[in-house]
Amino acid sequence: MSALPLLTLTVWLPIVGGLWILFAGAQAPVAAVRNDALLIAVATFVVSLGLLLGFDASAADYQFVERTTWISAFNIEYFLGIDGLSLPLILLTTLISILVVLAAWQSVGERVHQYLAAFLILEGLMVGVFAALDAILFYLFFEAMLVPMFLIIGIWGGPRRVYATIKFFLYTFLGSVFMLVSLLYLYAQGGSFAIPDLHALPLPLDVQKLLFLAFFAAFAIKIPMWPVHTWLPDAHVEAPTGGSVVLAAVMLKIGGYGFLRFSLPIAPDGSTAMAMFVVVLSLVAVVYIGFVALVQTDMKKLIAYSSISHMGFVTLGFFIGGLASAGWSSEGSALALEGGMVQMISHGFISGAMFLCIGVLYDRLHSREIATYGGVASSMPHFSALLLVFAMANCGLPATSGFVGEFLVILGTFQIAPALAATAALTLIIGAAYTLWLYKRVVFGEVRSEAVRLLEDVTGREKFVLWVLLAMVLGFGVWPNPLLELMHPAVETLLEHVEQGKLP
Amino acid sequence: MSELTTILPELALLTAACVVLLVDVYRGAASPDVTFFATILGLLVALGCTVAVFPESPQVAFAGNVIHDPMSVVLRALILAFGVFMFAYGRDYFARTSTLKGEYFVLGMLALLGAMLITVGGNLLLLYLGLELLSLSMYALVALERDSSSASEAAIKYFVLGALASGLLLYGMSMIYGATGSLDLGVIAQTIRAGAGSEGALANPQVLSFGMVFIVIGLAFKLGVVPFHMWVPDVYEGAPTPVTLFIGSIPKLAAFALAFRLLGQGLGPMADQWQSILYALAVLSMVLGNLVAIAQTNIKRMLAYSTISHMGFLLIGFLAATGAGYASAMFYAVVYALTSLAAFAFVILISHRGREGDRIVDFAGLGRRAPWFGFLAIVVFFSLAGVPPFPGFWAKWFVLKETVDSGFMNLAVIAVLSSVVGAFYYLNLLKVMFFDEPAPDTPVVGAGADFRLVLSVNSLLLLALGLLPGLLMQVCVNVLAP
Repeated sequence: MSALPLLTLTVWLPIVGGLWILFAGAQAPVAAVRNDALLIAVATFVVSLGLLLGFDASAADYQFVERTTWISAFNIEYFLGIDGLSLPLILLTTLISILVVLAAWQSVGERVHQYLAAFLILEGLMVGVFAALDAILFYLFFEAMLVPMFLIIGIWGGPRRVYATIKFFLYTFLGSVFMLVSLLYLYAQGGSFAIPDLHALPLPLDVQKLLFLAFFAAFAIKIPMWPVHTWLPDAHVEAPTGGSVVLAAVMLKIGGYGFLRFSLPIAPDGSTAMAMFVVVLSLVAVVYIGFVALVQTDMKKLIAYSSISHMGFVTLGFFIGGLASAGWSSEGSALALEGGMVQMISHGFISGAMFLCIGVLYDRLHSREIATYGGVASSMPHFSALLLVFAMANCGLPATSGFVGEFLVILGTFQIAPALAATAALTLIIGAAYTLWLYKRVVFGEVRSEAVRLLEDVTGREKFVLWVLLAMVLGFGVWPNPLLELMHPAVETLLEHVEQGKLP
Repeated sequence: MSELTTILPELALLTAACVVLLVDVYRGAASPDVTFFATILGLLVALGCTVAVFPESPQVAFAGNVIHDPMSVVLRALILAFGVFMFAYGRDYFARTSTLKGEYFVLGMLALLGAMLITVGGNLLLLYLGLELLSLSMYALVALERDSSSASEAAIKYFVLGALASGLLLYGMSMIYGATGSLDLGVIAQTIRAGAGSEGALANPQVLSFGMVFIVIGLAFKLGVVPFHMWVPDVYEGAPTPVTLFIGSIPKLAAFALAFRLLGQGLGPMADQWQSILYALAVLSMVLGNLVAIAQTNIKRMLAYSTISHMGFLLIGFLAATGAGYASAMFYAVVYALTSLAAFAFVILISHRGREGDRIVDFAGLGRRAPWFGFLAIVVFFSLAGVPPFPGFWAKWFVLKETVDSGFMNLAVIAVLSSVVGAFYYLNLLKVMFFDEPAPDTPVVGAGADFRLVLSVNSLLLLALGLLPGLLMQVCVNVLAP
């Protein structure tokens, strides 16, 4: 308990700041608007660091809790709090937001204040999703997020942006309305929307299965899982660079976070019953979508499919515990679940970096086609070296953060079902194939055209952004322990709760 | 004397309407603004009277004709307050098209009076009279531009179908009277309740059921729910935009009150019978309204189909047949009326002389040309789509909650799925506003400064209601499910 409501600050500072930029920025010079936006993003990050400093990593319960009545007639509260699962994601959000503001410095020239305002508001809403402990408050942030993203893709996106953004909106909206009905059902049963109360509410198995499916609709679309992933490649390709980065680095994680915060603890027995179903879909994503990524000719689309494939690992890690003969609290399920969490954080950095790298190329040649490039190494050596590290991380090379997550998931899965682990491990080959082939075609080979020969290497600002991400990728790759320790108590508690079940 | 205070707001408004009529006759031709300000003053005085007579507990006056309860006071206050918005919007439009007539204000006030009478009606006859006062004023308002052929056509359609609906309603009322021997809602409910307990207490239960069916159909006509919705798109499209704005907003409050008085209070003991009818009406309205709205190119027609689907949602609140269910329907009606005012005001905003800005493509580039109104449009149209944190979401949430609480899970799922379909056409409208390049001949924002101010206030009220919906929800719950 600190005197300052840090969580509220982290949520509302970017939202209020974003609104201020939206209204005050119309007349202000563009440079000032950029500086202000950067200032707000950095300030938010600093506040979120305060959360990290004050966080007691040995405790499993919610910290920095703020709880006041919001709508008294229905017991809806303004209820915020974080544990080891949400804190890393909040830090990821605030860090990525700074980089996104920086990345927009030159590449966005039109309606700059609206663009930056949309991103800041989006940042606050995403932090809100991770911090909310009241289900309706969560739903509110979860849905409100769609509004700025809808505008970001639609206004600053590529040629097919209208199709992509409406598809994105409707897909996510469709999934989340099922969640809304489930939440109302849970309220009718238990009389509370507080997430800890929902966790404790006993429910019969049939009901749990239905609830699981309803939550699954919301989060499987968000994360996204095969076969409800088709909005993601469209949205990624058409979104501006910043939009793609936020989408891949943070928004997809909200789906994963939802599984941990809602599906598993609210319907533990349903989750056990449905675990096989989820695991199979995850493996399809890992393998099949990996092959789909292989044949893409558009760089952004390739990375989008690679994201889906990596998210398959996350869901595999979360649900493999349901197949364990020793139950959820076995060592294998814990390893796999923590692996899934690490994979989410790591993918946030890696995919963000990959999209930023593509953005760097796109800003220069205005093409995302792989065939346009070739021989970039000769004109952009610094860039090529950075991209190499991110590409290696994307294939899960040891000493990068990509390795830690995938390895833990495979390790955990192996203890539970060796055959499934072997299938999942295929990704190490497929992932290497599509990533390295992409790298080879873009960076190596003969210089493709005069335009490529004249490419300028990364500027200081771009270097800074990519180096920060590089440090994160290598840092967590070599020394993931702080992250694991941070989430360990929460994971333990979660798995014990799921193991115990909550049949009446 | 104490009985008169129960209808003080109505008396004040009636007096004000007569004064406005006289003011308009003597001064209106010289300066139409005088009429406008007299109207606003009249509404504010009536609003003050309404607030002043807030009762602690329900009072019955005039031998059961008037039920002066907290619900009716809240609704009357809202009708008057929304009326201020409506006249402010309408005055700007008519002044710009040089068709400002004093009749608009007088008829509008009489329509508001009718709406207010419905909210206090404790007797079938008073309910019917209120409804007719509201309807007849509106028929005339639709035909206000008598040289416009589309307006005349819309007025005739509205009149013929409206008269048919009134006839059905009246026929149903006569059957109820025949079966229960009373026009008083309380006595009707008592008789039915007694009849359900003992065989033969009711003269003829079949007649009662028939009467109920006719009443539901009449209500369905007035609400404009499928399959009794045919008049809605034509009237919305043909009427002058400020009149459409009126039809689409304030009468929904009256319609809620009418449905509550008739179904909730009078026929409350027969809930199990009318629930299944409302179920079908609600599902059809939500599905058909949302699907057909997608195909529209005229924004007024689109909003008409959107109204149809919203009225379907409103009916779901009634389905629960509990106090909280009625409260959710009331909340829905209030939020919808306020949102609808703003939505139609956007149509007025971009229309200018000689040109109704009522094609959806006319909105192209609004977000770029007028960023402030673009922002407000986001609030208003995402609210209609039911996206949080805007109040339309809370309205849907509240209704759905009551539906789930009373065990209609299937209906809740159908409702949310239809609202996903419904989101598409609002998104499409926002797409036109924000993503499309304006055509060279698209009208620019044409409304005056005071209009812009009113629209801003209206939309910001919505935003505030979205962030803090608790207060209004509490009011609705307190007046209907204490």
